[in-house]
Amino acid sequence: MFHKIISRKDFADLIKDNMTIMIGGFLGCGTPETLVDVILEKGSKNLTIICNDTSFTDKGLGRLIAAKQVARVITSHIGTNAETGKQMVDGTLKVDLVPQGTLVERIRCAGAGLGGVLTPTGVGTMVEEGKQKLTVEGIDYLLELPLRAELALIGGSIVDKAGNVVYNGTTRNFNPIMAMAADVVVVEAQKLVEIGEIQPELVMTPSPLVTHIFAPAKS
Amino acid sequence: MIEDVNLAKTIIARRIAREFKNNQLVNLGIGLPTLIANHIPEGINVIFQSENGIIGMGPAPLPGKENPDVTNAGGALVTALPYGCYFDTAMSFALIRGKHVEYTVLGALEVDQEGSLASWIIPGKKVPGMGGAMDLVVGAKNVIVSTLHTERGKPKILKKCALPLTARHVVNMIVSELAVFRVTPGGLALIEINKDSSVDEIRANTDADFIVSENLKTMEV
Repeated sequence: MFHKIISRKDFADLIKDNMTIMIGGFLGCGTPETLVDVILEKGSKNLTIICNDTSFTDKGLGRLIAAKQVARVITSHIGTNAETGKQMVDGTLKVDLVPQGTLVERIRCAGAGLGGVLTPTGVGTMVEEGKQKLTVEGIDYLLELPLRAELALIGGSIVDKAGNVVYNGTTRNFNPIMAMAADVVVVEAQKLVEIGEIQPELVMTPSPLVTHIFAPAKS
Repeated sequence: MIEDVNLAKTIIARRIAREFKNNQLVNLGIGLPTLIANHIPEGINVIFQSENGIIGMGPAPLPGKENPDVTNAGGALVTALPYGCYFDTAMSFALIRGKHVEYTVLGALEVDQEGSLASWIIPGKKVPGMGGAMDLVVGAKNVIVSTLHTERGKPKILKKCALPLTARHVVNMIVSELAVFRVTPGGLALIEINKDSSVDEIRANTDADFIVSENLKTMEV
């Protein structure tokens, strides 16, 4: 009744050059690896990727950078992927470094209908350059603006056919936040289950947020 | 000076491990600070947070017990203790900025007598990014910098950081293998000294100005 399950080809058709894509995961943990595989195969170019970190050259979304498919990355950490730094120095990749807590709040703002967030993080550092600073009750804050994407790629541990998602262990990280901040949300289901098999109290991403479900191995 | 870097790091880790009280929530940075978890005194229960989304982080898994879905902020496989829990990054950083984390311990490229810290970029040379460090030092109730006293003979504890800052005026305590400094509104106070060092040796290897506390103690490690 939900008809959310898509094929590898259906997913490939969603990817366009120049797209802005959020990808969940923390150093690859919680990243939907098969969805990244499909983007690699398709070879889409000039992508803007929003992610916690650029992972490794051979793991997670870091592979897209190694394959030179990314023109811009908005992230908090690039130190584990030598290609990110190299392409940044060469001038072929634009890197916007954002403090991790600010990055997640900017994404949360976009998904939660907020016009921005005031954070003390970054005050007195390079991060404040070009930003509006506000003093509230004697404390300085930076106004950080919402961050949205056309597409969010989510790594779900257990997903039912309606699109309810449970994340195991530390795979949760940016996934449920990104699932609220994109026009189209695709979850890669590590384990796909029938509706009713997930206890409602345990759902971490409610089904209406998920546009499509991709299940690499039918389980 | 202590030439053996591993010994120096162990001294720092053991000293910082004595700082925590029972049931405090603590975030340890990657590298040297991670060693601290191995030296918590018996009878003290410290609750470790890792900013990728876990509280109650336990040691590395035993062989055969690895779970690829349970990692720390350095990407290493870890375990969750029975009382542990997982959460998303927004919750994790709300805990951090919201002053729910008692201590954060992290390394430094440079730290200065005003309590400012540089730890995330050497322009033109090394740009790993700030990750969660900027939020941690702004948000945690207590910020401890763990650092070797010098690097290639050059002091790391300076009058003023030259590198771009992680945050300004946030550090509460600096622990090296030679000394413990407290950052006060008036500047640095030397409060503890390694039994094998001297105030003269510390002065010779510290760029920052500091006063020697009236209650100067030997570092207990």
